Amino acid sequence: MIHIRRDVCGYCGACVSVCPRGALELIDAYLTVDETLCKSKCKICSTVCPLGAIELEEQ
Amino acid sequence: MKEAYDVLVVGGGPGGALAAKAAAEQGLSVLLVEKRPAIGAPVRCAEGIGKEALAEFIEPDPKWIAADLDKAVLIGPDGTKFTIGNNHSGGKVGYVLDRKVFDRELVWQAAEAGAEIQVHARASAPIMIDGKVSGAVIHQHGKTYEVRAKVVIAADGVESKFAKWAGINTTVPLTELETCAQYIVNDIDIDERANLFYISYTDAPWGYIWVFPKGHRCANVGIGIAGTKSGEGHRAKDYLDRFVAREFPNGKITELIVGGVSVCKPLECTVADNLIIVGDAARLSDPITGGGIYNAMYTGKLAGEVAAAALKKGDTSKMALMVYDTTWREGPLGHALARNYAVKESFIKMDDAKFNSIIHSMSDLSLDEITVKSLVIAIFKANPWLALELPRLLMTL
Repeated sequence: MIHIRRDVCGYCGACVSVCPRGALELIDAYLTVDETLCKSKCKICSTVCPLGAIELEEQ
Repeated sequence: MKEAYDVLVVGGGPGGALAAKAAAEQGLSVLLVEKRPAIGAPVRCAEGIGKEALAEFIEPDPKWIAADLDKAVLIGPDGTKFTIGNNHSGGKVGYVLDRKVFDRELVWQAAEAGAEIQVHARASAPIMIDGKVSGAVIHQHGKTYEVRAKVVIAADGVESKFAKWAGINTTVPLTELETCAQYIVNDIDIDERANLFYISYTDAPWGYIWVFPKGHRCANVGIGIAGTKSGEGHRAKDYLDRFVAREFPNGKITELIVGGVSVCKPLECTVADNLIIVGDAARLSDPITGGGIYNAMYTGKLAGEVAAAALKKGDTSKMALMVYDTTWREGPLGHALARNYAVKESFIKMDDAKFNSIIHSMSDLSLDEITVKSLVIAIFKANPWLALELPRLLMTL
């Protein structure tokens, strides 16, 4: 599972544009993840984040 | 909010605003929805734009112009500078905008033309009938509305979802997404009429650092790096913090801005049945500069006009809307994007020794015209060896 650190996120949408599964969405001023779509294996979102707001949690 | 409109525009940035305005001016009923509570905020932009480009759409107004520029300065890895434009260029170069005010002005103009504007109104899904976009589900203030539209214009920016929901692959490859961080820094010594571009693999891998003045002793200081160069301990903000500590140790940071800019090729096709995609959502930001305001305004306006013409003929199929795609793609915008993509591919992976060598070679040159094309031609003239290394690029100029 990915964990969004809301106090770090700048809700910029960089991660949304690169997510290959369309699992992320910027709703107004917060980022959401659709866990049915995210397989949290690719780590693309946590890599691209300019602030380091996305962490991968061990199951 | 009504149940049906001729045109629904998703997103209230420059692309959406120009689309809504153009469609409303043609007498169409238009709804523009912006998911955020305010137009123009938060800013996701370095705010630079060329004067001539801007003049195609709007009279300059001091209300939303933060700085008036007469030169651009490229700074190589070793600090060598190359200045384009000069004090004789008569301030033709460009502006740094105040996007918070600028975007609001554009949306006001759309409203004045007759478009309905709804803020804090989020499109959460397209309404699909027989596989064709026929409107959108809109959430606003805890209520859900089904809004029908004959044409939807997706102007939902880099974090675009609408086209993806409609079945179009809009995913940006990680290596072609510039991940960006920017501070507004106050109380710093800067040339208030010069945009600075720092080119250095060490300081900004596969990207660049910019210092764009925003008035007296104040500038947007930002960085973009390739998504694949980002990671724990070396993210865009980490690079930016190092740069600011070095160059502006006494600067006062008054705003943090983050964002993503695509530097990939545009979407393969920017229309579908009853759907037009504009600006950043269509991946139309410039692959070299990252600039997207003009491209969004141009395609937004074009989308509004094409939607109106198609509606008058009663045919908003993909075939009927294709004229939008071919007009921008085969016109100056499409050519500039294709050329600048080739330029980016050729230069982005150079090491600092090569960047230094190129900028040294230019030190005696003067260049008045600030365009990617004129710059690259000058680089080729000063560095004939590049023609051997980048023959394909030479062909595109």
